[in-house]
Amino acid sequence: MIKAKNDMSHLDGQTTQNSGLAVIGKILVSMRAFIALFLLLGYFAIVNDSFLTQSNLVILTKQVAINAILGIGMTFVILTGGIDLSVGSIVGLAGMVAGALINEGLILEIFGIVIYFNVWIVIAITLIVGMFIGLVNGVIITRFNVAPFIATLGILYVARGLALLSANGATFPNLVGSVELGNTGFPELGAGSLLGLPYSVWIMVVLTILAVFIARKTPFGRQVYAIGGNERAAQLSGVRVKRVTLLTYVISGFCSAMVGLIIASQLVAAHPATGETFELNAIAAVVLGGTSLAGGRGTVFGTIIGAFVIGVLRNGMVLEGLSSFLQIIITGVVIILAVVIDQLQVRLQQRQ
Amino acid sequence: MSDNIIAHAEQVTKIYPGTVALNKVDFNIYEGKVNVLIGENGAGKSTLMKILAGVEQATSGRILLKGQEIAPRNPREAEQLGIGIIYQELNLFPNMNVSENIFVSHEKTLGGVVIDHRAQEKKAEELLRRLEQPISPKTLVADLRIGQQQIVEIAKALALEVQILIMDEPTSALSNAEVEVLFRVIRELKAQGVSIVYISHKLEELMQIGDYITILRDGNLIAESPLEDVDLKWIVDNMVGRDASKTYEPAPHDIGDVILSVKNLTLPAPHGKDNILDDVSLDLRAGEIVGLYGLMGAGRTELFECLMGLHPYHATEIMLDGKKMQSHVVSDRIDQGIMLVPEDRQREGLVQTLSIHDNMILASLQHYLARLLSLNAKKEQDAVRQYVHDLSIKLSNTRNLISSLSGGNQQKVVVGKALLTNPRVLLMDEPTRGIDVGAKEEIFNIMVQLAQQGLGILFVSTELKEVLAISDRIIVMSKGRVIREFSREEATEQALVEASAVGHGVAAAH
Repeated sequence: MIKAKNDMSHLDGQTTQNSGLAVIGKILVSMRAFIALFLLLGYFAIVNDSFLTQSNLVILTKQVAINAILGIGMTFVILTGGIDLSVGSIVGLAGMVAGALINEGLILEIFGIVIYFNVWIVIAITLIVGMFIGLVNGVIITRFNVAPFIATLGILYVARGLALLSANGATFPNLVGSVELGNTGFPELGAGSLLGLPYSVWIMVVLTILAVFIARKTPFGRQVYAIGGNERAAQLSGVRVKRVTLLTYVISGFCSAMVGLIIASQLVAAHPATGETFELNAIAAVVLGGTSLAGGRGTVFGTIIGAFVIGVLRNGMVLEGLSSFLQIIITGVVIILAVVIDQLQVRLQQRQ
Repeated sequence: MSDNIIAHAEQVTKIYPGTVALNKVDFNIYEGKVNVLIGENGAGKSTLMKILAGVEQATSGRILLKGQEIAPRNPREAEQLGIGIIYQELNLFPNMNVSENIFVSHEKTLGGVVIDHRAQEKKAEELLRRLEQPISPKTLVADLRIGQQQIVEIAKALALEVQILIMDEPTSALSNAEVEVLFRVIRELKAQGVSIVYISHKLEELMQIGDYITILRDGNLIAESPLEDVDLKWIVDNMVGRDASKTYEPAPHDIGDVILSVKNLTLPAPHGKDNILDDVSLDLRAGEIVGLYGLMGAGRTELFECLMGLHPYHATEIMLDGKKMQSHVVSDRIDQGIMLVPEDRQREGLVQTLSIHDNMILASLQHYLARLLSLNAKKEQDAVRQYVHDLSIKLSNTRNLISSLSGGNQQKVVVGKALLTNPRVLLMDEPTRGIDVGAKEEIFNIMVQLAQQGLGILFVSTELKEVLAISDRIIVMSKGRVIREFSREEATEQALVEASAVGHGVAAAH
């Protein structure tokens, strides 16, 4: 193997010097989402007795799960430097797909038959539809070089339109299925629980573990970070930039469809307007979790924390009886604050 | 000396993290003269000019303009002081027309509110007429040829009516006729008392136009003299260091069979008429280090990019290790055994947001796969450690951000990333650009050791000394064509410079 002889310049040693205070400061800034979460938890626990009750915490985590699952997919997209505005619409469309399959079945007019699927197959088809919409996003972005913002904005409308079209703007009610058709059990997804926690929370946990594994332990995950950090360098290193980027939108589509299923199941109904503005909540969770909208920096786990920060904040404010208008304002301020601190961290790193 | 010094840089030092770009440099600008500034890449010319133009600030030292100390904090302040700059890279807005570009941020207005397009266009037309360019001021810049865009850039500087005009390689994109016009304009400006700072790599050109010459090398001032007192040899000697060529003696390495063979590779320009690469054929043997020399626009970088499958080129055949290279997917090429160390480390070589470790394994991720498509952390770490050691990369922790390293060590990480793909052929584009002297020699040693292991190395450099020092064979390119091949023995600075100027008109007459 090769071996170089000369010793390096003396300049290298200087770069890693850092005072203790700066180190603590840096750690505090990088853990800001965590700290914010604990401060919020502590605050609401003290000021409101009903906050730490089991029933409230279950409600809280159920709400968080919705946002967190969307946030997981969104994190991958944002890590590549993209954005997915269509997630809320996919949530709505996915619910409608599941609702239609359960209540009306798959109508094959040519053969004059209607097929009713087992609930598991309904879930699988719905998830595939979500991934397909994500694939369309990805193809528009990577093959036709449309900016992610525009492409997914377009799909936001298209998917919402499809959701409305599917039942002419009406709701698919009472998604219980029937024993004769062999498609009962859908509400169980939203209502059931394991070890005291709703299934949706378990889904969040499993998806989080899976996503953390993908982000940290697979070539795909590393390549996502590389693309967001420097697309050109990634390309020259043999990363299949288009393929990897496309896949992140498929993941986001999958997560959105999952949320669509959960909500439809919780409500035992599919409403076409479900999920409106969810994309903004998901982006907020990602950003609060320290992921840079420029791409390349951030973690899945941070997004989960971010989703919890938003969830705890909202839940606590509701319990405190704060005006819902005021709640919206506070949420906005918190998001901006988070990004301001994010910029601060970038500057700190550069100065180092 | 009888000529007046209008501006004077005194002991100017500029330190970037990891490198000293300028080390106590003095520089005189003589009034109404063409002050040539020359040096190899990384010598500090551009840094010095950026400090004068307010783009960068000196770490220490001062600049005197007519005896007054100045410290422009941004280009606008420099312009107000009468210092204008024409950058090497074009700084035009392609979506705006010629006159809008010429007057951008200095718009002629009616009452300070509305842009007076008619006045701007009239003045623009005047400037362009002076530059003998029949360009309509209403043409979109995007619709102009690169050479014409350069002319617009020059017109933009002229519109400012500066007293000092810095030109950083203004002719690199110009045709011969356009160069003649530019020189005429420069003489005209001189007559009006404008002082010019002229940076160029084209030696013949600056012999023709220059009055004074200042030579920088590795951030140090080497020499200053009136041009009439010196000759080409003096310049080259000072630029590369006296007798510097071939002082580096690479360790012996055996040269084997042909490992990479390129036949008739042509890359058409997207719009223009000239091919970017024109019928390029070359061979590279195992264990051989071949230097590609040429001026900007010679097509060296494009050749490398073609070899990595990045451009839609035509070629009779490209063979690597006896196998045809056809796929245009970069990762397929890498799998076949060819890897690029790109020219611009920051833009193309590294992902700044990733750690040293992650950068290093980025191109070879599939080598560390374990179960379930996951990466084996230990395997990764062993590989990274091995190359950190072999390349003697100085670092405190491989998990630190890549930006914590000095330029030389960053470059070694890029090389390490390439080597981790187990290449048979390594393409190195300006492998020593922007790193200090000690690190340069280390990179040389690494190249030689790789050759000893049987890798074929094709490298590009604009630094004569570097090409002469380390190459077993030198291929000179100009305007997309291979002009000549030199063996190590027959190569001289003079011969390389002359061959590289073929097709560049002004110099070709020699």
